[in-house]
Amino acid sequence: MYALEAKNVSKTYVNHKALDNVSIQVGQGSVFGLLGPNGAGKTSLIRIINQISVMDEGEILLNGRKIKPADTALIGYLPEERGLYKKMKVGEQAVYLAQLKGVKKQEAVKQLKTWFEKFEIAGWWNKKVEELSKGMQQKLQFIATVMHHPKLLIFDEPFSGFDPINVNILKQEILNLRNEGATVIFSTHNMASVEELCDHIALINNSKVILSGEIGEIKNRYKPNIFRIEYKAQNILDIDNTKFEIVSSENNKGVMAADIRLLNGSRSNDLINVLVPQCEIKSFNEILPGINDIFIKEVKA
Amino acid sequence: MNKIFLIIQREYLSRVKKKSFIIMTFLGPVLMAAMIILPAFLADWSEATHKNVAVLDESGWYYGKFKDQDNISFYQVHNDLDTDKEKALYEKGDLFLYIPKTELNLPVYAELFSTKQAGLNVTSYIKSVMKKEAENKKLLASGIDPNVIKSSKVDIKLSTIRVEEGGIEKKSNTEVEVGLAIFAGIMIYFFIFMFGAQVLKGVMEEKQSRIVEVILSSVKPFQLMMGKIIGIAMVGLTQFLLWILLTGIFLGVFQSGLIGGNTDMMSVLSQGGTSAQIAAAGTETVSADPYAMVTEIISGINFKIMIFSFLFYFLAGYLLFASLFAAIGGAVDHDTDTQQFMLPVSIPLIFSVAMSGVIINQPDSSLSFWLSMIPLTSPVTMMIRIPFGVPVWQIVLSMSLLVTGFVASTWMAGKIYRTGILMYGQKVNYTILWKWLRQKH
Repeated sequence: MYALEAKNVSKTYVNHKALDNVSIQVGQGSVFGLLGPNGAGKTSLIRIINQISVMDEGEILLNGRKIKPADTALIGYLPEERGLYKKMKVGEQAVYLAQLKGVKKQEAVKQLKTWFEKFEIAGWWNKKVEELSKGMQQKLQFIATVMHHPKLLIFDEPFSGFDPINVNILKQEILNLRNEGATVIFSTHNMASVEELCDHIALINNSKVILSGEIGEIKNRYKPNIFRIEYKAQNILDIDNTKFEIVSSENNKGVMAADIRLLNGSRSNDLINVLVPQCEIKSFNEILPGINDIFIKEVKA
Repeated sequence: MNKIFLIIQREYLSRVKKKSFIIMTFLGPVLMAAMIILPAFLADWSEATHKNVAVLDESGWYYGKFKDQDNISFYQVHNDLDTDKEKALYEKGDLFLYIPKTELNLPVYAELFSTKQAGLNVTSYIKSVMKKEAENKKLLASGIDPNVIKSSKVDIKLSTIRVEEGGIEKKSNTEVEVGLAIFAGIMIYFFIFMFGAQVLKGVMEEKQSRIVEVILSSVKPFQLMMGKIIGIAMVGLTQFLLWILLTGIFLGVFQSGLIGGNTDMMSVLSQGGTSAQIAAAGTETVSADPYAMVTEIISGINFKIMIFSFLFYFLAGYLLFASLFAAIGGAVDHDTDTQQFMLPVSIPLIFSVAMSGVIINQPDSSLSFWLSMIPLTSPVTMMIRIPFGVPVWQIVLSMSLLVTGFVASTWMAGKIYRTGILMYGQKVNYTILWKWLRQKH
């Protein structure tokens, strides 16, 4: 049973098809990366999951059953464009947002005190939001997103606007929440954080899902069959051009390096067998593509 | 349901706690009370200081004709202009009236000297006495006994009596009704605009600060819109009730603070239990015998209907306009874009205020009738008509149409709002609004 499943979701705005038959599956307790260029339809899908907008066709299943209005209490959502009531006091505002998610007032106050301690903004309870720095507002908004212990967390570009220290705190918190049993969906352009955090991804381009699956499996699917070897040798390597192709080579202070692609079904062991008599192998690694490369390759295709 | 209550609560409390609300709440009644009290107070105050007038009548025509009044005493002096003037003005601090001797004509010329402004009551009394004396002298000279003229004077008193259904006669006074009509119409207009603008501002603030997306992940757009509209309506009602209460208190304080004042005026002011009554009393303080007249007239006006219909037309009219304002706020990105949509919404309201003169003149004309039926103009127009007496069926019809109007406008606004509120960077025009309206959800 998936924590969240979107089945054949389509959505058309006045003059523009935002989502075209989109399906994704998000497993329980996974961190799911929703990728795609600007305007691909990520935010449209996220808004439909949050029941902010309504899909034209398809269905959304939450824990295996059709999503219903009361389920908003089970979801925590951090939109890409952050915003708070500027004139409202910090504590008051967080309590209000929690209450809208169905948390009782006393419970919300108690929870918030703990979160405020954790994020070192306890002294700001009675300040107005407009007095806070942008980073602090982001922290407050993050707290407001997670404080009702949602089973499903949706972060739209969570790291934008944070300094590197806070990005690390945030990453740690996201993993903590995952470890406590929450499922996390996040959309981002920051591919490094995808590699670091996500176990599954879906890539949306031009309103369609063009790629989805487990991150290792995807990387495998896109591997170019290139191995990087570092070696010491006196002579130039003598390699059968029908089986192997030297993509690049360099000489770095006596240590040679070369990227070699396997051709026509040859395997890595075949390459090692060819190399062993000719040189002293220092290292032998398969080059796997970064999500970044896959992203660019697929979107440009 | 619980969520909409939370929204109403936030909208209400965040506004009621604002400094501007508290200032307005106190300033409103002060201004309102001042409008009533000040003219009465000034008139009373100018008469409060007692004045002595020394009279040097060289013509000898007017000796003994100036009688002591409430606040004015006259005494005669017989020396010459300079010494008497000196004495009266600088030694005694009195006023000095000099009527020079005339050889041929009637002495119709006089000079009043004073160190301070003489005061309207003194000059008008002196003028009236001299005028009467001179006229009498002229009449006598032509052989007419002034008493004949006096006895032939008649005083016309015209009471307008409105016969209501069932033959109940009520004495009415147009001035009071005009006052009430204008007051009620302006108040409705003012309240609808003031609190409608708050809805617009509140919606735009949520959209511009982007908090709206967070809120909408918890509640339906319609709940958010209605929560805001209802919350602000309650702010309006609170302010209105506080104004009535505080105006009453201020008037009470003023009344007890004035000792030995004009009793008639005080009685009139004591009638001011409601703001509508206050308006009525306000127009009447200047008239000759206010107390009896005002009580009579006030008892002739059905205040239950006045207050009930004021609250109804305020609430229903507000709901109608507030939902339109909410739709505008949801549709546009920037304050400057609101203009093109605000104008058509405001025009009916401004038009009904502009037509108030015509409606007051002919409260039962077909123009008045139709303006008080059309939902966009009926709140102001009907409130102007009601003090003049409107058949019950018309009030019921107008109210039903207004309710239908605001249900329809709320439904429409809800559709525009839910699409517009998350739409940024869209150049909004009427074609787009129409598309949003027809968009299925």
